[in-house]
Amino acid sequence: MAGVAASNLKRLLKQLNIPPLTIKRIIVAVFEAEVNVIAHSYGGRILCDFEEDTIQVQVIDTGPGIPDLDLAMTEGWSTATEEVRELGYGAGMGLPNIQKSCDKLSIYTKAGDHTHLTMLFNLKEDV
Amino acid sequence: MKLKDILACVDGKLVCGESHLEDEVTRGFASDLMSDVLTILEDDIILITGLSNNQAIRTAEMSDISNILLVRNKKPSQSMIDMANELNISLSYTAYSLFKASALLYQQGLKPVY
Repeated sequence: MAGVAASNLKRLLKQLNIPPLTIKRIIVAVFEAEVNVIAHSYGGRILCDFEEDTIQVQVIDTGPGIPDLDLAMTEGWSTATEEVRELGYGAGMGLPNIQKSCDKLSIYTKAGDHTHLTMLFNLKEDV
Repeated sequence: MKLKDILACVDGKLVCGESHLEDEVTRGFASDLMSDVLTILEDDIILITGLSNNQAIRTAEMSDISNILLVRNKKPSQSMIDMANELNISLSYTAYSLFKASALLYQQGLKPVY
């Protein structure tokens, strides 16, 4: 079920005393990415690196990759199935929401390969 | 508005989370689309939605929303209730439509997020 990883990460961030607004930004981005992995990929993993001033989260799936990344970044554009839409997602807001929530986003993707999101969050400015 | 006043206004029934009845709720956000809910950064809001499934609870958890009002008489499943209890989120429902419930609450002074 979508949200288990983001939920666990949220608990951890609270324990680390990260400012609430920063937690919200991180969690919204990670949750959307987790939903994407479940909705669109064969599976994947989420890696978090904690530094003093930044948190980097990588979401790496096992395919099948995004054929047209510009389209996927467009608000409202979606290839989600009816099943995903019934869950309240799949409105084409996932990647745009991720971009808005993080300080730096880089995406590697290729059709027939896989997708690798690297999100960077600065910790200092939200204090 | 307090949650108990919100429920009185929409003839709503509380399913779980009695400890939230005295919660002061400043704003309401009505949506069936959880990605839109995730864009909200304000606190003290009530989520008014017709989406009656576990993802509504999960989205509320991610957005630090403590109160959910289900509309169109969508009663929550036992699995939703268990999850809401675990996450300390109140769950209520009303027979009114999303439009009517939102309109009545707005009339009573519940503010919009934007």
